Amino acid sequence: MNWINALVQGVLLGGLYALFAAGLSLIFGVMRLVNIAHGDLIVLAAYMGLSTTIMLGIHPLLACVVVIPLMALFGYVLQRGILNQTLGDDILPPLLVTFGLSVIIQNALLEAYSADPQKMNVGILETASLSVGGLSIGVLPLLTFIVAVFVIGGLHWMFYHTGLGRAFRAVSDNQEIAQLMGLNKRHVFGLAMALSLAVTAIAGLLLGVRTNFDPSIGGARLIFGFEAVIIGGLGNLWGTLVGGIVLGVAQTIGAQINPGWQLLAGHLTFLLVLAVRPRGLFPRMTG
Amino acid sequence: MPEPILRTNNLTAWYGDFQALFGLDLELSDGEVIAIIGANGAGKSTLLRSIAGLNQSNSNQIWFRGNDIGALRADQIAQQGIALVPEGRQLFASLSVEENLIIGARSGRPGKWQLSSVYKLFPVLEERRHVPATELSGGQQQMVAIGRALMSNPELILFDEISLGLAPIIIKSIYEALPGIVDQGISAIIVEQDISKALSVSSRFYCLQEGKVALQGESRTAEREDISRAYFGVVQDEACHEGQI
Ligand SMILES: Nc1ncnc2c1ncn2[C@@H]1O[C@H](COP(=O)(O)OP(=O)(O)OP(=O)(O)O)[C@@H](O)[C@H]1O
Ligand SMILES: [Mg+2]
Repeated sequence: MNWINALVQGVLLGGLYALFAAGLSLIFGVMRLVNIAHGDLIVLAAYMGLSTTIMLGIHPLLACVVVIPLMALFGYVLQRGILNQTLGDDILPPLLVTFGLSVIIQNALLEAYSADPQKMNVGILETASLSVGGLSIGVLPLLTFIVAVFVIGGLHWMFYHTGLGRAFRAVSDNQEIAQLMGLNKRHVFGLAMALSLAVTAIAGLLLGVRTNFDPSIGGARLIFGFEAVIIGGLGNLWGTLVGGIVLGVAQTIGAQINPGWQLLAGHLTFLLVLAVRPRGLFPRMTG
Repeated sequence: MPEPILRTNNLTAWYGDFQALFGLDLELSDGEVIAIIGANGAGKSTLLRSIAGLNQSNSNQIWFRGNDIGALRADQIAQQGIALVPEGRQLFASLSVEENLIIGARSGRPGKWQLSSVYKLFPVLEERRHVPATELSGGQQQMVAIGRALMSNPELILFDEISLGLAPIIIKSIYEALPGIVDQGISAIIVEQDISKALSVSSRFYCLQEGKVALQGESRTAEREDISRAYFGVVQDEACHEGQI
C-alpha cells in the first residue's frame, strides 16, 4: 500500500513539475530561448501571490486573477524590452542575460522579503483529503494535477487550433519567412513570453500554497522543469506532462526507499532516460 | 508616364562585409510583369529579398506606390501589399497545406484571393489540404508557396525561381497558372534561370551581373547576343545559358 501511495503522490507531484516545465518548453519551442531565470520567475510569482493575498485579504488561489495578468504583462515587456535584443545566431547572449535576470530577481526578492521561508495559507484545503480505496489523496495535490492537465490541454489546443498557435508554429519553423506573412516576430515572441509567464504564475501560486518558499529555491525548480521537458521530449506538450509525472514518481518512489533519495532518484531517472532515449520519450514528430 | 508602382533608387545590399548589390535602379509600372535574369550569384535573390524587406535597405532606396518602404521591416512591407514566393519554396513544416495558405492571409488584406480561389487555381491542393505541407511533391509544394503569397492579396508579387528543381511538365502547368494570377492587375517580378521562359512571360527584363544591371530592355526584342554578353560579361558564341534563346 505504501508503494501505491508513493506512486499516486508521485503522479500528482508530476502535475506541478509539468507546470514548471510547460512555460519553459513553450519559450524554447517558439524562439529557441533557454530561460535560466524560469525558476526564479516561478518564485517571483509565489511572492506576488503572497503580497496580493496580504494586501487584498483574499484567498491565495484567488490571487491568480491578479498574479497571472501581472506576470503575463511582465513577460511581454521583458521580451520586447530586453530578450528580443539578445536573440540571434549566437545562443550565448540569451543564456547570459537570463542568468543575469535570475540573479537580479533573487536579490530583489531577498531585499524585499528577506531570506525567511514563507508560505501561503489556504485554510482547510491544506489538510483536506479524499480517501479512495484505502489511499488518502490530498485535495490540494489533486487540484494541482487537474489544473496542470487543463493548462497543458489548453496550451495544446491553442497551439494547434488557433491563429496565435499557427503564428507560434510558423515563427518556430522559419522566422524569416514568417515575417513575409506580415507577422512581427518581436510581437509574437512577446506574446509567447507573456503566455509562458502566465503559466509560470499558476505554477508559482500552486508551489507557494504547497510548500515553504524562499528567494533561493528557484534554481531547483528550473532543474525540475528542465528534466520534465527533456524526459517528455522537446516540443511535445503532452510529453511534458508525462515527463513531469515520470520525474514526480521517481522522486516519491526514491523517497519511499530512503527519505534522503528523493532528489537523487529523480536526477538518476532523468539521466537514464537521456542515455536510453536522448530525444526524450515522445520527441515531436515532424514531416 | 504614370508614377511606377515600384522604384528602386541606388539600391545596395550587403551580407556582412560582402556587397551583393551595387546601386540598382529599377522601375515597374502598375500591372507590369518584368523578368530578372542573370548567372548564379548575380544578386537576383538578393534583389527580391531586399524589396521584400528580408535584407536591410535604407530609406529612399525602395519606393512602393509613392511610399518610401526602404527602411521598413519585412512584416510591414507585407502589409503594404508585396508578397515573395521565396527560392526553394520554404513552406512551414509544422503547418498543413491549408494552414500554410491561411497564414498567408495573416496580413488581412481584402481581395479576390482566398482559400476557395486558390483551390480553384490549384485543385490538387484541396485534395491534400490536411497533409503536412512538406510531405507534398516538389511541384505541389511550389503551388502552396504561390498560393500562400496570393492569400495576402498582394499588389506586387515576387517569384524567385519557381521552376527550380521541377520536372518540365510541372513547370509547364505552373506557368500556365501565371496568366490567371497577373491578369488580376497584380504586378510581378519574375526571377528565372530559364531565360526564354522568363522573356516569354514578361514585358521587360533586367539582366544582372555581379550586383549591377548589365542590360535591360524589352523582352520581345531581346537580342540573344546582348544577353549573352551581359550574362557572362564577355561575348561567347554558343555560351548563352543552356542555349535556350
Ligand atoms: N546568406 C548569405 N551570406 C553571404 N553571402 C551571400 C548570402 N546569400 C547570398 N550571398 C552572396 O551574394 C551574392 C548574390 O547572391 P544571390 O543569392 O542574390 O544570387 P542569385 O542571383 O539569386 O543566384 P542563384 O541563381 O544561384 O539563385 C552571391 O555572391 C552569394 O554568394
Ligand atoms: Mg537566387
